[in-house]
Amino acid sequence: MSSNRRRTGPNGSDWRNALFIAPYLFFFLTLLVFPLFWGIWLSFHKADTFSSGAFVGFNNYVRLFNDHVFLQSIWNTFYFVFLTVPALAIIGLTLALALNSSSRLATVLRSLYFSSSVLSVTIVTLIWRIVFVPQFGLLSTIYGWFGAEAPAVLADPDLAMIGIALTTIWWCIGLPMMLFLAALQQIPGDIYEAAALDNAGWWRTLISITLPSIRRTFVLVLIIQIVLQFQLFGQSWLLTRGGPNNLTKPIVLYIYDIAFRRWDVGLGAAASEVLFALILVAAMTQYLISRRQEER
Amino acid sequence: MSDVSPSPALRRGLGDHIILAAVLVLSVAMVAPVLWVIGLSLKDNAELMANPNSVFHPPYIIDNYIAIIGTSAVFRWIVNSLIVSVGLTFGTLVLASLAGYGFARLEFPGRQVLFVIVLFGLAVPEQAVLVARHQIFSILQFHNTYQGIILPGLSNAFGVFLMTQYFRAIPKELDEAALLDNASRFKIFWKVLLPLTLPAQATLGIFTFLGSWNDYFWPLISATRKEMYTLTVGMASVQSNFAQSEGVGFLMAQAVFAGLPIFIVYLFFQKYIVTAVSGAAVR
Repeated sequence: MSSNRRRTGPNGSDWRNALFIAPYLFFFLTLLVFPLFWGIWLSFHKADTFSSGAFVGFNNYVRLFNDHVFLQSIWNTFYFVFLTVPALAIIGLTLALALNSSSRLATVLRSLYFSSSVLSVTIVTLIWRIVFVPQFGLLSTIYGWFGAEAPAVLADPDLAMIGIALTTIWWCIGLPMMLFLAALQQIPGDIYEAAALDNAGWWRTLISITLPSIRRTFVLVLIIQIVLQFQLFGQSWLLTRGGPNNLTKPIVLYIYDIAFRRWDVGLGAAASEVLFALILVAAMTQYLISRRQEER
Repeated sequence: MSDVSPSPALRRGLGDHIILAAVLVLSVAMVAPVLWVIGLSLKDNAELMANPNSVFHPPYIIDNYIAIIGTSAVFRWIVNSLIVSVGLTFGTLVLASLAGYGFARLEFPGRQVLFVIVLFGLAVPEQAVLVARHQIFSILQFHNTYQGIILPGLSNAFGVFLMTQYFRAIPKELDEAALLDNASRFKIFWKVLLPLTLPAQATLGIFTFLGSWNDYFWPLISATRKEMYTLTVGMASVQSNFAQSEGVGFLMAQAVFAGLPIFIVYLFFQKYIVTAVSGAAVR
């Protein structure tokens, strides 16, 4: 087989062909692969900005799991993922179902719902700060019309994370909607015609044709969003600085605090390895569950 | 009840209409915060302090926007963001096109293994390499330089993956014909295949530009001097002024001003961006 290919194909194996890959590979190895292993190595050392000091074994990891702020930040991250990912998937799907037409209104609404996604986290948090802020806030103004006083969302222990989640959903809703729209376009139209002939109603068509056809996209959206939302940083840092009482401090903000504000680089590296492991496990679990369901 | 036996078409239409109505209501929540910010940016600070509700009535003024032109560092940050985003986009397109062609078309020892390793790179989140990368850049004294902000993005594996897929989809007969004409590998790549990949270049270029323009974490820890801030980092740094709320109108004007460039890009390239997103999704 391989000799056959070599004889007939003009593409002989030649190391010089690798020169096309070499430029990218250089950056890949120096800026991704090397830092990945360097980070693991750092997590076993007592290190600061410029140097890595003594080998300390698992000491950094032990310190990490004895730090209640870190444990809190793991809990916060999971809570945030739980608040945002299902909402993004369900709202994104609803939007896609409603706007899957070529009418003018649907076109305008599609670009409207996607437009927030092109903004940076800084602008998004500025906008939402001005929604939540007590004095000039949109929220407090609306409450004011009814003679009520709005809660200080971002300062309230129970509401702060919900406020960050709302901001995030507003910011990120465009991508899931687009992914679902792309999937809906792939469903062949004659299935729907057959369903219409069978007198299947709107609800029945949705349940037995539309949803099963886009199941793979649903899993894809969940995995993308889990990976993305696990990395929450900007919204928390800019809206609440992780407060009140570390209740909105996610893992990435913990890493930022430890590694880049307190310069305890070894501990920060250890925390980032834990985050890496969590993301991998979460995404893999989601993937394996979906695979098993598909096999059944 | 009047709906004794509604036709399927009618029932289907009803469900669609209910959802569409809900989506319309939701779009108010989408727009209202932005309108609020624009409204505040058009008000005099003193008037806002006296009565926040004054945002609903004229006079509306553009003084806050004029003040930006006089005092703000926003322009410098926009230039920084442009240099960084254009640099990274250009670099990514070059690297990804070369590597994509190599992986899709050429044979060399270890190709399969290398491609799998690069694919694994897709699964590594930025945070897993951030701490070590920062230390390496400290040693190289790359912080607070343009290359310091640009370089990490060049290691992103997404572009290579996208371009490899795209080159694979081009019929092989094209390069075989060129080979018979004794064209060199590079010439085939440059003259024959690269022009065919323009749609993929557009997709990758848009993604890279948007991602780089909006990136916050790496510029935040690498560009710590004010004159090296990108727009996202700079706008974040002025948010702390928010506590002195006499500047709300001014701050909001800065937010609108800072959001404007990317919004204009979005309006102009909307079609491409939407095709890019859904195209990448199908793959």
